[in-house]
Amino acid sequence: MDRREFMTGAMALAGSVAMPALARAQQAAEISFFYPVAVGGPITKLIDAYASGFAGENASLKVNPIYAGTYQETIVKALTAHKSGTPPVLSVLLSTDMFTLIDEDAIVPFDEFVKTDEDKKWLASFFPGFMENSQTGGKTWGIPFQRSTVVLYWNKELFKEAGLDPETPPKTWAEQLAFAQKLTKRDAAGNVTQWGIQIPSSGFPYWLFQGLSTQAGSILANPAGDKTDYANPAVVEALQYWVDLAQKHKVHPPGIVEWGTTPRDFFERKVAMMWTTTGNLTNVRTNAKFPFGVGLLPAGKRLGSPTGGGNFYISKKASKAEQEAAFKFVRWITTPERAAQWSIDTGYVAVRPDSYETAAMKKYAADFPAALVARDQLPHAVAELSTHENQRVTKALNDGLQAALTGTKAPQKAMEDAQAEAERILKPYR
Amino acid sequence: MSAAAKPAKLPAGSITRTDPYAPTGLSLTLESFGAILLALIWVLPLAYAVWAAFHPSEFTTRFELTAPLTLENFSRAWAAAPFARYFLNTFVLVTLILACQLVLGTLAAYALARQDFWGRDVAFALILAQLMIMPDALIVENYRTMAKFGLVDTITAIALPYIASAFGIFLLRQTFKTVPKELDDAARVEGASPLQVLMKVYVPLAKPTYIAYGLVSVSYHWNNFLWPLLVTNSVEARPLTVGLQVFSSTDQGIDWAVICAATLMTSAPLLVGFLLFQRQFVQSFMRAGIK
Amino acid sequence: MNTRATATLHGWLLLLPAMACLALFTHWPAVASFIDSFYSTPRGRRPARFIGLDNYQQMLADPIFWKAMTNNLWFALGTVPTSIALALLMAVWVNDRILARTWVRMAYFTPTVLPMIAVANIWLFFFTPQYGLLEQIVAFFGGRPTNWLGSQDTALYAVTIVAVWKEAGFFMIFYLAALQTIPPSLGEAAAIEGASRWTYFRRIQFPLLMPTTLFVLINAMINAFRMVDHLFVMTRGGPDNATTLLLYYIYQVGFSFWDTAYAAALTCVLLALLALIAFIQYGWLERRTHYR
Repeated sequence: MDRREFMTGAMALAGSVAMPALARAQQAAEISFFYPVAVGGPITKLIDAYASGFAGENASLKVNPIYAGTYQETIVKALTAHKSGTPPVLSVLLSTDMFTLIDEDAIVPFDEFVKTDEDKKWLASFFPGFMENSQTGGKTWGIPFQRSTVVLYWNKELFKEAGLDPETPPKTWAEQLAFAQKLTKRDAAGNVTQWGIQIPSSGFPYWLFQGLSTQAGSILANPAGDKTDYANPAVVEALQYWVDLAQKHKVHPPGIVEWGTTPRDFFERKVAMMWTTTGNLTNVRTNAKFPFGVGLLPAGKRLGSPTGGGNFYISKKASKAEQEAAFKFVRWITTPERAAQWSIDTGYVAVRPDSYETAAMKKYAADFPAALVARDQLPHAVAELSTHENQRVTKALNDGLQAALTGTKAPQKAMEDAQAEAERILKPYR
Repeated sequence: MSAAAKPAKLPAGSITRTDPYAPTGLSLTLESFGAILLALIWVLPLAYAVWAAFHPSEFTTRFELTAPLTLENFSRAWAAAPFARYFLNTFVLVTLILACQLVLGTLAAYALARQDFWGRDVAFALILAQLMIMPDALIVENYRTMAKFGLVDTITAIALPYIASAFGIFLLRQTFKTVPKELDDAARVEGASPLQVLMKVYVPLAKPTYIAYGLVSVSYHWNNFLWPLLVTNSVEARPLTVGLQVFSSTDQGIDWAVICAATLMTSAPLLVGFLLFQRQFVQSFMRAGIK
Repeated sequence: MNTRATATLHGWLLLLPAMACLALFTHWPAVASFIDSFYSTPRGRRPARFIGLDNYQQMLADPIFWKAMTNNLWFALGTVPTSIALALLMAVWVNDRILARTWVRMAYFTPTVLPMIAVANIWLFFFTPQYGLLEQIVAFFGGRPTNWLGSQDTALYAVTIVAVWKEAGFFMIFYLAALQTIPPSLGEAAAIEGASRWTYFRRIQFPLLMPTTLFVLINAMINAFRMVDHLFVMTRGGPDNATTLLLYYIYQVGFSFWDTAYAAALTCVLLALLALIAFIQYGWLERRTHYR
């Protein structure tokens, strides 16, 4: 049955009153595919187009994409569907959900589908930075799809006004601070009218903090996902640097900086430099009324940034045939050309280096060089923080970071508390 | 008090009595000033939504009278998410809930108000328990139940925990109790069955209660968020509120212009309905004796 | 005796549909939460097992739980009296023949018809540092800039204000309906006695509004434990749990951490709190009814 007809028909309405989408999908014997949307733009239309493109080339197979909300909502839905018996065959979920999905016995590794040499070559073709979050215990559980990383955006106009070279972003922590000091403006009453730098800290501060902690030379969790290292001196040093930007040097807004309003702050010229996701490229390009630059995050002891975003996972409860079909779709959608086009359309990072050699990507990058920054940063990128009981262990860190940034705990104490809480949660997993 | 039997005339705007305590002169001016000031504060979010929705996004945070007007935010919002489908879902949802609530509530209220039977008081107490233990507190277990029934991601699942409403039963019971017993007896003498008596005597007299309760129920469920968020996955079942949240919480940060356009769009039916019927609305409350 | 049996049968038949739904979606889940709170959360291949009071012990040692409880207490203290007082004030104003009365009444009521999840985004703009509406106003009067939602001192106030704004107009309708049913003759009689307006309000209007106040009070108390929608947009419970309310924490534990057993134990605490409120208020209600 044609999907559009299905959706608009009266039958569909009757269906949605009483029958879950999954059951509706599986009646038609299709590969159900849950995906989230985390960036603006016509993602739903793009995915639908992929599904029909795939169906065009593989008459016997049909992918039925189901838009399941944000990442958070999609994992909730996929897991509950898993528990109640009819999970989607394929889903795009956060790369950090890997351990949770393994613990829930919800996914199968991709290794069992990789048979030919060609398959093996394909598996080795992704950026290693993305694979860190996709592999554990010698197996590959996820395939990178809509992935991102944190980069620095700066306002070239404000750089010029402050007497800085508009083409040169800060390269080190010291430069970042020095630039921010020049870029912070105060009115006669001493109130700040323009901040030097902004690193968002609402919702998921751990992700941006991972940039700092990596640059300070630490890794927040081990690859097995059962031990964190929040109280490491390098981690505390990284947090101290962040806290100092706001509290000591007063070049960064005090308290919690809202993730959602940060791009707007940048457009309003209330902040000269911001850290945010590469997923914001298209947004900034459309809305910034001034020339802007995109650069690597400045280096501390080293360069560093976390990766983020979603991987493909295949359900364990699906039949062998369904799993094989889902694998075929994943291979189909991650060819260099499609990965490049997906990156151009959405602003996500293309997941494999050879995508950047395609004609389409070269043409795009010639027009918009900022699109290549993510690729240049990826060799220095690390896996996004991910452990068993990921949400809880991450929340321990988030709470500690917010406590330090709002000034209720010293960085040292905040990280010790977070580490103690993470230890308590992770102990049973060792 | 006798709610249903009350004379139907006492509309808010046209009171002809002389109230010795009605403020006049300076005190009226002061009172009006205070009331209008508070009203301005209260309507500010809506006013801002209108501003942001009808102006290009660079004027979202700047209030200049000369800013150009635009409808582009509405078309962008409409294109960004399947709002037509969400509207349909919400419409089906509130209709389904209200219809069930009224039928179930009427039957139960009639039994509690006019039938004398074994276990009535216990039943009433059990029903009243829901006034306190609201369905929102039971999300974890109710989710489990829906999963067991295979109803997750359906409109039915959003509706089910709410279709038996203690508040509705309680209100209708109070109203039914005020119906004169003689009317009931007279209908019975004419040979009407209990259900006929209910339909012919009680239901018509309780009309204001039905309207007032209906309005409360519709506005509550039109705007309900947490439970629908948990229990729906797909566009086909998602109501407006959840659709709106999914649409406004992207990684790219907040675009107030589009969000405000979407907000106005999604609340327009309720807003317009209230503007048109606000007098009847207050009267229904008054006559329903909800106080 | 036979008629009595028939009446019982009829009565229960009429009650059956409503009772069945209530049993399935209110009574049973309440009992099930209680039972589940003594078991561990099943994960993957590990089934749930009986663990006695472990979940409750974990709760006692959980600082976030205590934080959520204190926050909720302050949230209730902030929203309940304020929204009731404002609702009463609005109703009295709108009941008088003030200027632009229809318009003012409409303004008070609009928050009720706007979805909380949507207006939370608008309030987010009001509270945004630097160019947010509140900051623009504060700056106009030469005040110090504040990061309302990003500071632990002010975030809870900010979400409380939004809740008061949301519900006061709704409660106003109840007061307004009640005010308009007070017979005008009472006012005339009081005026003949020479009572001042304040005395008339305090001695006559307010006592007559008592049943409404009780009704509104119950609703306001329940709302204090129910209103969490705006947290999803404005703070997500942060900074460092400064705005985490009990129901929001239940959502996090139940649907983000997937610790359903612990969530069940938290649900039991919420239910116990609500029962306690009911108990106190019904005790009071009983006395009031007697007094009337």
